[in-house]
Amino acid sequence: MMSDNKNILFSGVGGQGILLASELTAYALLAAGFDVKKSEVHGMAQRGGSVTAQLRYGAKVYSPLIDPGCADVQMAFEMMEAVRYLPYLHRGSKVIVNTQQILPPSVATGQAEYPRDVLQELTRRGIEVIAVDAFAIAREAGEVRTANVALVGALSVQLPVDEGVFHRIIEEHVPERFRTENMKAFAAGRQAGLR
Amino acid sequence: MTERTADTIRWLSGNEAIALGAWEAGVRVASGYPGTPSTEIMEHLSGYEGVYTEWAPNEKVALEVAIGASFAGGRALATMKHVGLNVAADPLFTAAYTGGRGGLVILTADDPDMHSSQNEQDNRNYALAAKLPMLEPSDPAESREFVKIAFALSEELDTPVLLRITTRIAHVKGVVGTGERVESPLQPRIEKHPEKFVMLPAMARRRRLHVEERMQRSRALAETVPYNRVEAGDRKRGFITSSVSYLYVKEAFPEATVLKLGMCWPLPEKKIRDFAASVDELFIVEELDPFLETQIKAMGIPCRGKELIPAIGELNTAIVRKAIDPGRQPVELFESVPLPPRPPNMCPGCPHRGIFFNLSRMKLFVSGDIGCYTLGFLPPLNALDTTVCMGASIPMAHGMVKAIGPEANQQVVSVIGDSTFVHSGITGLINSVYNGSAATLIILDNRITAMTGQQPNPASGTSIKGEPAQSLDLEALCRAVGVKHVRVVNPHEVPECRKIIKEEVERDEMSVIIARAPCVLLPELKLRKPVSYYTNIDNCVGCTSCIRLGCPAISWHPLAEGEAEARGYKKSQKGYSQIDEVLCNDCGQCASLCKFNAITRGEPK
Repeated sequence: MMSDNKNILFSGVGGQGILLASELTAYALLAAGFDVKKSEVHGMAQRGGSVTAQLRYGAKVYSPLIDPGCADVQMAFEMMEAVRYLPYLHRGSKVIVNTQQILPPSVATGQAEYPRDVLQELTRRGIEVIAVDAFAIAREAGEVRTANVALVGALSVQLPVDEGVFHRIIEEHVPERFRTENMKAFAAGRQAGLR
Repeated sequence: MTERTADTIRWLSGNEAIALGAWEAGVRVASGYPGTPSTEIMEHLSGYEGVYTEWAPNEKVALEVAIGASFAGGRALATMKHVGLNVAADPLFTAAYTGGRGGLVILTADDPDMHSSQNEQDNRNYALAAKLPMLEPSDPAESREFVKIAFALSEELDTPVLLRITTRIAHVKGVVGTGERVESPLQPRIEKHPEKFVMLPAMARRRRLHVEERMQRSRALAETVPYNRVEAGDRKRGFITSSVSYLYVKEAFPEATVLKLGMCWPLPEKKIRDFAASVDELFIVEELDPFLETQIKAMGIPCRGKELIPAIGELNTAIVRKAIDPGRQPVELFESVPLPPRPPNMCPGCPHRGIFFNLSRMKLFVSGDIGCYTLGFLPPLNALDTTVCMGASIPMAHGMVKAIGPEANQQVVSVIGDSTFVHSGITGLINSVYNGSAATLIILDNRITAMTGQQPNPASGTSIKGEPAQSLDLEALCRAVGVKHVRVVNPHEVPECRKIIKEEVERDEMSVIIARAPCVLLPELKLRKPVSYYTNIDNCVGCTSCIRLGCPAISWHPLAEGEAEARGYKKSQKGYSQIDEVLCNDCGQCASLCKFNAITRGEPK
């Protein structure tokens, strides 16, 4: 007997606002009445390292960890980080990917190359890729630091939560002085996610 | 699903839940040293009213503070990561004899799989060795509940209680209930109980008997407490489990019958025997050591555990399922694709980078320590040669020099952060001075405990609540312990620092260099809008000096064939470097290294 839990994997680079994005998503799912557990690893990956957050929701969630092969949706904040956790995905998984590239140290120092056509690794395996230029959306919204909320907008399309619940959660949890920018970024991200 | 309103539930991490539980339990005094994954407990607790909180210089001190508070009748909490309990082991084993008055709870946060630790140790063994009860919650909701149980248990049994969590409890968020704070019936005041608090041999021998009598009572209690519970199910398979492993068992085998142990020491022997007798096959599922399994087998009960379940690293549902039921794997897994790794890195503008750049170029043996600067080990700097435990860098350098002879004085340096120096570096420095070491020590003083998330320490000038505090004068301290040569340098001035390091390394006496510049993540620095450095690409000759700093804001752009001449470079130039203005934090280390005037501050050229 398998549980009916749904699994969302957040992946990206330290400093991109991944933890806030996963919090907003969790709060929306909680507000919608689900049991939600989230696991993250702090410490060595605070800055520039590979960062993940694992979120699970359903009627009753036991384990805080997503099993390999069981992520239904992956929210990737950076292109290469969309592919790093491939063993967590399965045929039919959806991957929402921010088209931004952040160079790891070996690439920045000229020791390695950033992989070309990296997203094809996903589509080749029957994974649905939804590409979002979150940086452009955030700039358009008037604050580049709202890229993570734009991505939450794109992710919100995939979740059994009313759009209005997300609006309320964002209003409650983002800094007041960037509220307008965040709401704009969320709306534009949601549009990008619908495409 | 019915929509919830925001105020009907709380959704907290295990660490937040422990802070909440401790506050609700009426804790009076809490002391800790930051260490992943335990750090956020103290951070959150410091925000509550009615509890005194502090960062201690190390875990031994934190526990001693808590013991004192307990002796005075206050409920007291000490928090630390697993290796921190090694530091605090000395007071721990004797506090097991004295017990306390106010409830005394010691939180140990273990880190299976070493997400951010130097070893993987199972601190359940401390409960056995120190003869202390240990509780293990499985998730955030239980974390809150178990803190309260731990305080009550401590007072009921006159014992310190160990509360053990792991990374997947500390940093997991889940739904948690809340309640009112209940003040302990004990009013803190001076009460003299020398027969209990003074562990001279004659009195300690009497308390030794108390320890045994208490273990008997604890065992009896373990049989009846509701948090050691049987969850009835299919009796073909029975699982005995605790901590986060319980969740993996429930997810993998929801139909099975389970004995969940909320108290993992001492064990309820009768309950375990009855449970074993009620199932066809008995499995013990636990992370790390075969702690429960060894005890259960010693009771003469047949069971299977580590022959199936790995003893290294973390478990998860898939591992547990596969170990018990190898035929039942739900999905075929995609293989991973080779990608450039993305290791953590020192931040752009980190003051440590310039020092490590110099040490790397100078080819010195660098005795290292625990903190952000441990990342100086990574390429391209590769400038760290040892990391063992907090405070070890200084005595290890001393030991090396003593083993090799005076010629090693000019080859070995030790590095340590300000917080780690205060934690347990000072005693090592006293030893080095006293025993005639001449190895140079570099204190990487960024004014904060950076790696765990910018907690203040005795050198920072602020308390846990951000209020002003006396700031430890590191120069005066080094001089006071007998160091004659103490110099303060600005680590961002890279060539100047190299000159000074060279002078001090060549000295035949112990010297200390304090490399002082604030961590770029300090809130006051994060708020300021940094001015960026820019590369004047026309002047860049592709020498890679700046690239070799390994700064995340500087990247190398290789030139395609013919491109060098088209851009007006020498034909032999392989590429050029460029600074990302968004990432640059205005430290200027790259500019101090560039001999070709290609890096300037301010407006882009």
